Amino acid sequence: MNNSQINRLKDKTFNYFGIFCTLIGLVILAFFIGSIFYDGLRRIDWDFLTSLPSRKAEKAGILTAWVGSIWIVIFTFIIVVPLGISAGIYLEEYAKKSRLSSLIEVNISNLAGVPSIIYGLLSLEIFVRLFGMGNSILAGSCTLALLVLPIVIVATREALKAVPHSIRAASYALGASKWQTVWEQVLPASFGGILTGVILAISRAVGETAPLIVIGALLYVPFTPSSPMDEFTVLPIQIFNWISRPQHEFTTNAAAAIILLLLITFIMNGVAVYFRNKWQKKINW
Amino acid sequence: MENVLEAKNVNVFYGDFQALKNINMKFKKNAVTALIGPSGCGKSTYLRLFNRMNDYIDSFNMQGDIMVENKNIYNKEIVVEELRKKIGMVFQKPNPFPKSIFENVAYGLKIQGVTNKAVLKNAVRKALQQAALWDEVKLDLDKSALALSGGQQQRLCIARTLAVEPSIILMDEPTSALDPIATAKVEELIRELKQKYTIIIVTHNMQQASRISDYTAFFYMGEMIEYNKTDTIFTNPQHERTQNYITGRFG
Ligand SMILES: Nc1ncnc2c1ncn2[C@@H]1O[C@H](COP(=O)(O)OP(=O)(O)OP(=O)(O)O)[C@@H](O)[C@H]1O
Ligand SMILES: [Mg+2]
Repeated sequence: MNNSQINRLKDKTFNYFGIFCTLIGLVILAFFIGSIFYDGLRRIDWDFLTSLPSRKAEKAGILTAWVGSIWIVIFTFIIVVPLGISAGIYLEEYAKKSRLSSLIEVNISNLAGVPSIIYGLLSLEIFVRLFGMGNSILAGSCTLALLVLPIVIVATREALKAVPHSIRAASYALGASKWQTVWEQVLPASFGGILTGVILAISRAVGETAPLIVIGALLYVPFTPSSPMDEFTVLPIQIFNWISRPQHEFTTNAAAAIILLLLITFIMNGVAVYFRNKWQKKINW
Repeated sequence: MENVLEAKNVNVFYGDFQALKNINMKFKKNAVTALIGPSGCGKSTYLRLFNRMNDYIDSFNMQGDIMVENKNIYNKEIVVEELRKKIGMVFQKPNPFPKSIFENVAYGLKIQGVTNKAVLKNAVRKALQQAALWDEVKLDLDKSALALSGGQQQRLCIARTLAVEPSIILMDEPTSALDPIATAKVEELIRELKQKYTIIIVTHNMQQASRISDYTAFFYMGEMIEYNKTDTIFTNPQHERTQNYITGRFG
């Protein structure tokens, strides 16, 4: 074999190897989703959605879990949106470029990589004990807000950065202050990007389990929460709970709950993609 | 005619680099003054001095005075936002806000706190008429400004500037991104506007300078070489450099 034949062979081999690697990921995912649906789909009905948890698998429902998840999502949203967007605006529009600001920048990126259980431990000490929030929805939301804060900050900064400088110049030249320029022009123009980041952050928060277990979210909650100070459980914890039971029937429940959780995250990601595309089309610089 | 603007012993630096060297110049009221010169000679830098848009450049540093109606606009007590309501600016590339045509023109007034719908509507119409754009857009004021053609966008940017009712308008190569027809429209507009406004325009187009300006200043490497009536500059320049530049022998 001459040199070019060897190269061609290498090319071909790598091509097949690449296809093989891609397929592994896809096949495993498909298998996973398939088996979940096979186990769980028939379990999902109205009763399942509206029943309280129970010691008997056939009677157990996920009402408290999805209501808890919704509480958590809403409060996480309320906490993380003003904090994250304000921080992003400050860093991108106001902060002078200095040693300190680049130190902050690097650390925010680092924060995004901290294991979520560490956030749980931190929150246990600060929110649950020091601030006396107990293992409440509020404490859980604060924990998750902290966890996804870097995502929102980074997304906000990226979105602001994408607004061309000429827009700011035009606003200043008309006599607008910095605040007016940011508030009236830059923020609306970057709204799509920010929203996308927020949705992705929240969809990440929906699936988090470890930090909530650390701060003491309950495995068994026989009531739906009625205030942010109530104890709570969420979908992923309910799934964790059911899977750890020995009886096979509970595995079916877990599969059904996983389907719901997947559905929620897929929908949120879908909405995020939709907004991104819509805004990209509308604002074509 | 009285002078409305004056540069006194102005030196501008970007870090160590000196972009403008000891400029002294007075601008006549209700006249169009053209700034010409080869690329990089400091025309834009000079223009941005008058509405303090250079303030946003970190390495920017200046000495000397810029007088507007006999007040130094680089004094501490000057409120930049107020200054910019008096001195508007049109940029090289049309830069409409990603909003409706109406919102674009109304913005300058809205940020001043004008909320009355009727007042805003009137001002928007007047500004668009002045910018010779009204007839083309009066039926779709709610349409996105980004859907307009380049020439329309630039006239929109002019209308947006006029709506604030400045007395001086700075234009940095306002037609360089436009086709000949759109350029002709904007030039026509500039000739009309000088009845009411003092206009300073940067241009690379010699014909344009001679067509629309009353006075012309020639810049070269940060220095103001020659400043005179446009006719004189183009027919009887005093300096060889000016002569070479306007006849196209360099730059
Ligand atoms: N933000 C900046 N930082 C550093 N140097 C700058 C900056 N802006 C301009 N300069 C320099 O100052 C000089 C004058 O620039 P300016 O933009 O005023 O030129 P100009 O005459 O408008 O050129 P053109 O005709 O190409 O627009 C140039 O040498 C340029 O490199
Ligand atoms: Mg320039």
